[in-house]
Amino acid sequence: MVSIVIVSHSPKIAEGIKELALEMAQDYQGLFTAAGLEDGTIGTDAVRIMETIESADAGDGVVVLADLGSGIISAEMAIDMLDGSVNVKIADAPIVEGAIVAAVEASGGSSFEHVIEETEKTRGLNKL
Amino acid sequence: MPSRIYECISGICDTITENKDFLTDLDREIGDADHGVNMARGFTAVLEKVPKDEANIGAVLKKTGMTLLSTVGGASGPLYGTAYMEAGKVMAGKTELSSDDFSAALKAAIAGIQKRGKAVRGEKTMLDALIPAAEVFDDQTAAGADLVTALDAACAEAEKGIEFTKTIRATKGRASYLGDRSIGHQDPGATSATLTLEAIRNFLKEE
Repeated sequence: MVSIVIVSHSPKIAEGIKELALEMAQDYQGLFTAAGLEDGTIGTDAVRIMETIESADAGDGVVVLADLGSGIISAEMAIDMLDGSVNVKIADAPIVEGAIVAAVEASGGSSFEHVIEETEKTRGLNKL
Repeated sequence: MPSRIYECISGICDTITENKDFLTDLDREIGDADHGVNMARGFTAVLEKVPKDEANIGAVLKKTGMTLLSTVGGASGPLYGTAYMEAGKVMAGKTELSSDDFSAALKAAIAGIQKRGKAVRGEKTMLDALIPAAEVFDDQTAAGADLVTALDAACAEAEKGIEFTKTIRATKGRASYLGDRSIGHQDPGATSATLTLEAIRNFLKEE
């Protein structure tokens, strides 16, 4: 099953997104968060993100959803440090909508490529 | 000269810590008001993690980069983290620093920042201080200047780079959200990069 890692500056944002996404995919066990610094300070930590991706991977790949700025840069750095040992990609998608779609797709057993594809479709969604 | 790399890193840490409020104030103008706090937290952690007696310059730079990655918190974490790690690769196993080493390490650091930040010169970032500094360092070295003299000239050029960042709008990072309102303010990253070069220069002068 494909795993998901939510990367945010804020642990509260990440936990909130996880809670919201799991309402749509209640039995899904593959959603993890890497948010804030070790002491809970707002920020992103490439090493923690790397470790979370590593432990999240169940063999079918990891889809990363990140917030803004250093959320993206730190996630990219984490993926570079993994050096190809995990099949992992950042989905270019809004973090809330993307996480919900990714969780639904992953929990339904979709392939890595399909989870990415469906998640990235949320990018152009109009809200009104 | 024998390796006193820990003292050099310690000098950078002191400079960053002394300028913590200044850097944060600059970032308050055009960013999210955390650059000084973030950098000071990162370098404080570096001093705790780097072994005092390690002579291998590359190993110390690598450890510095890894620590900044996980403790700075903002984009400057992966950017400076990458810079130190790339410089560390150039200096791997070395216990002395030549002008050629410094040039190669600085250029590797700049290439790492460019790749990580997907930025080029002229976007109001630390590159606007570092790239001209590296160019002048090489010019001076080619003209026969020693390491400290060339680095002195590089620092002066980096200062000019800071002034240049006041004249342009930001197209990368949090300041890019401000558009033209970022003009007139100096870039905090260019400032911390210049402070770093100056701290290294000051350390080498005392050697």
